[in-house]
Amino acid sequence: MLKHLLLATVLAMPLSALADPDPSNWDRVLAEAQGQTVYWNAWGGSTTTNDFIAWVGEQAANQGVTLEHVKLTDTADAVTRVLSEKQAGQDTDGAIDMIWINGANFAAMKDAGLLFGPFAEQLPNWALVDTAGKTVQTDFTVPVDGYESPWAMAQVVFMHDTADLPAPLPSMQALLDWSTANPGRFTYPQPPDFLGTTFLKQALVDLIDDASVLQQPATEENYATVTAPLWAFLDQLTPTLWRDGKVYPATGPAQLQLIADNEVDLAISFSPGEATAAIANGQLPDTVRTFVLDKGTIGNASFVAIPYNSGSKAGAMVVANILLSAQAQARAQDPALLGYGTVLNMAALPDADRALFDALELGVATLSPAELGSVQAEPHPSWMTMIAADWAIRYGVTQ
Amino acid sequence: MIRPGLVRLFPILTIGVMLGPVLAGLWGTVLPAFGHLPAAGFHGPNLAAFGLLADWPGLWPSLRLTLTTGFLATTLSVALAFLVLSAGADSRGFILLRRALSPLLSVPHAAAAFGLAFLIAPSGWIVRLVSPWATGWTQPPDIAIPQDPYGLAMVAGLVAKEVPFLFLMGLAALGQARESQSMTVARALGYGQTVGWFRSVFPAVYAQMRLPIFAVLAYSLSVVDLAIILGPTTPPPLSVQILRWMSDPALSMRLVAAAGALVQLGLVIAAIGVWIRCETFGSRLYRHWIWRGNRAPHGAGITRFGLFTGAVLAVALFVGLSILALWSIAGHWTFPDALPEQVSLRTWARQGPDMLQAISATLAVGGIAVGLALVLTIGCLQAETLSRRPMGQRALWLLYLPLLVPQTAFLPGLQTFLISIGFATGTGPVIVAHLVFVLPYVFLSLADPFRNWDTRLGTIGAALGKRPEVVLCRLRLPMLLRPILIAAAVGFAVSVGQYLPSLLIGGGRVQTLTTQALALASGGDRAAIGVWAIGQTMVALLPFLAATAVPLWVWRNRKGV
Repeated sequence: MLKHLLLATVLAMPLSALADPDPSNWDRVLAEAQGQTVYWNAWGGSTTTNDFIAWVGEQAANQGVTLEHVKLTDTADAVTRVLSEKQAGQDTDGAIDMIWINGANFAAMKDAGLLFGPFAEQLPNWALVDTAGKTVQTDFTVPVDGYESPWAMAQVVFMHDTADLPAPLPSMQALLDWSTANPGRFTYPQPPDFLGTTFLKQALVDLIDDASVLQQPATEENYATVTAPLWAFLDQLTPTLWRDGKVYPATGPAQLQLIADNEVDLAISFSPGEATAAIANGQLPDTVRTFVLDKGTIGNASFVAIPYNSGSKAGAMVVANILLSAQAQARAQDPALLGYGTVLNMAALPDADRALFDALELGVATLSPAELGSVQAEPHPSWMTMIAADWAIRYGVTQ
Repeated sequence: MIRPGLVRLFPILTIGVMLGPVLAGLWGTVLPAFGHLPAAGFHGPNLAAFGLLADWPGLWPSLRLTLTTGFLATTLSVALAFLVLSAGADSRGFILLRRALSPLLSVPHAAAAFGLAFLIAPSGWIVRLVSPWATGWTQPPDIAIPQDPYGLAMVAGLVAKEVPFLFLMGLAALGQARESQSMTVARALGYGQTVGWFRSVFPAVYAQMRLPIFAVLAYSLSVVDLAIILGPTTPPPLSVQILRWMSDPALSMRLVAAAGALVQLGLVIAAIGVWIRCETFGSRLYRHWIWRGNRAPHGAGITRFGLFTGAVLAVALFVGLSILALWSIAGHWTFPDALPEQVSLRTWARQGPDMLQAISATLAVGGIAVGLALVLTIGCLQAETLSRRPMGQRALWLLYLPLLVPQTAFLPGLQTFLISIGFATGTGPVIVAHLVFVLPYVFLSLADPFRNWDTRLGTIGAALGKRPEVVLCRLRLPMLLRPILIAAAVGFAVSVGQYLPSLLIGGGRVQTLTTQALALASGGDRAAIGVWAIGQTMVALLPFLAATAVPLWVWRNRKGV
């Protein structure tokens, strides 16, 4: 009886649900993508990013795919949705076709079997990707295995208002000294916001002598010893923070408003071009510049992933491929528009395409690739999880 | 035409529409709270999630904050609303405030909070007006306002939004409290306006306001959007922390979020219990006060204070919104300038196309939800007329249930439930979710005017051989055009303000003004926030203006309708 029921259910399922598109047969993917609508769930807090995604939508329309940007306040909302759908047994045609994702959210979804793939390395434009120079095959040290496709490189920079803080700070210790001398003029987004935890990781990487231990998962034995310098640093820093460390901005961009309101003079950013774009936008005073620490700063990649139950997987792959095109990458790197780092290998590009990148102006507050210096690797996600939990206990409850 | 037999089905249908989603949703929260979430690999039942919840060091501070802000906001709102009401319906201050407060009811909470935040912050507009010439500040002082540790800014925001609601509910109650007769007697006994009002009219009005007050209490204990903008964050109120757990990358935290949601539900139930206890105690004191019969003239001062505070709140909200409008056209605008350096329509041009799309989605969802709510409400009220049995207290509690259960406690569960029955995405499910919240407000706004309609007109209609449904459609409803439109406007404003129901139930595919506004708000771009908050407020406000204008125009050649 049960067997018959199962068989009937399987037969009743639409054919597309049974056969996911084969990423290696790109012509079939293109054909199948025709007329599909792709709901891309991506954080919607930034006007410049929203405008860029709208432009990607126009390119997708040229290839017969309709792109809808679902603007999220938090990537986790998309994770919740896919999880709820799996919970309720909706294994086909889910609400989400593509997610802007990385780090812990990716690790959680990959772990729980919520993602479609592997597909990333079969995309035609994958050949242009700089797999040697950029961390696009691991995400916070977790192997990507083709379950997400990169589209932008990010690196930590600090934005400072030169009207109040003229000189760059070379290290986290210097940041602490400056904040002690100028109390109330620095803060960071409240962990577990990703930029807030990034600040903690950046501090840890800068404070310890040998950061390579962070590439392995944290263990019961080494966690306390390795992170001790971080807590000593934060114990000194917290009382000197904006609002005495009792209130934190909710997100990274909320810091821009604080600088514009002259509430703080220094803020962390994960996008070297963000300051330039924000100045052009009227969101930041034109006295803002950026710097990196002497030992370098953490860098990582942003990816797009496709949920296992998307009904438009072919369309989503077409969009992921568009994101890897030279035109899209050059547009994303333009500081006047978005200012995200490219994931492409310049040497792999035809001359005409490379010229697109050469023509880009850096912008007033953007550092050149040479000035950005060496990129430090993201620690294994276990460090971030434990540090964020510890932070919540030590500093997240002040009353 | 609505057949009498069919009409009797309306009350059952209405209760099903409201309670079904709440109960289904609660079930979907109870399971993960007890460790059962198979999709993420968790199999219960167990109490692990409650254990993790108890281990969170912020639990007690967060509970304390939730309770103190919730009770403080409710007490202040209730006190203020009654003080304003006690001024007497004919007094000038009352009429002015009535005009000012009614539209404020439709201002979405998020927009009101943003306006207020920018007004009172150390780098906000009030400080800018007096800086640096009077204060000497070239940098804003480092004081935690808003987001102060006691949550006072959040209380202020709640009070500013809840006083208009309670005031309007009180106005409806006044109509049935025989205010003028009671006041005539009280004056004849030698009481002044305030003391006389509180001795004679107050008990009848309060009795009718109990459920609205409970709704305000429940809302204040579980508010999310306003708390994110104005409330403290280390730790935040419980409702905000629940949302944080729901957005944690570690899927096991969903279980803690569900457990927290159940705790929050318990908190609301306990709080209502405490309030009822206080009522009993208060009524004893009140009776004592009545029997003493003291005719001291004091009291007028308190009423004036109430009117003044009400006016300050109204002005603060209005100025806050005006400043947001200014932000929406501001170029660079830095501290301590009181006005932006340049103005431009760039942000409007940039957000315009998105906003038009969001407005059409908002209109579609709100319009259909309000239409359904009106049909159900009128059907219920007509059934009540036909059966000559007015709705009991118990039915009224059911009506309020969606307003009493915290949204975080049942919406995630409802989402899972709707997906499992294949009613997963798009406008349909969102309309159903909005209807749950719109229906109580529409019913509460329309019930009294409907019942107070002079039934002798209906008798005349019946005597002329007209069937009940003809009397309803040709006589009663046209005469009730104004209250029907106002009920529709109230319901629409409620629909416009819904954030979680639109986002969670629609799977993100239905993008309303509020989901878009809050998505942008997370980025802190104040010009963009200004544009969306103004758009949101306008769309919620315009139906109100229409509700007052349309009847005047339709009945321009009829007197006294």
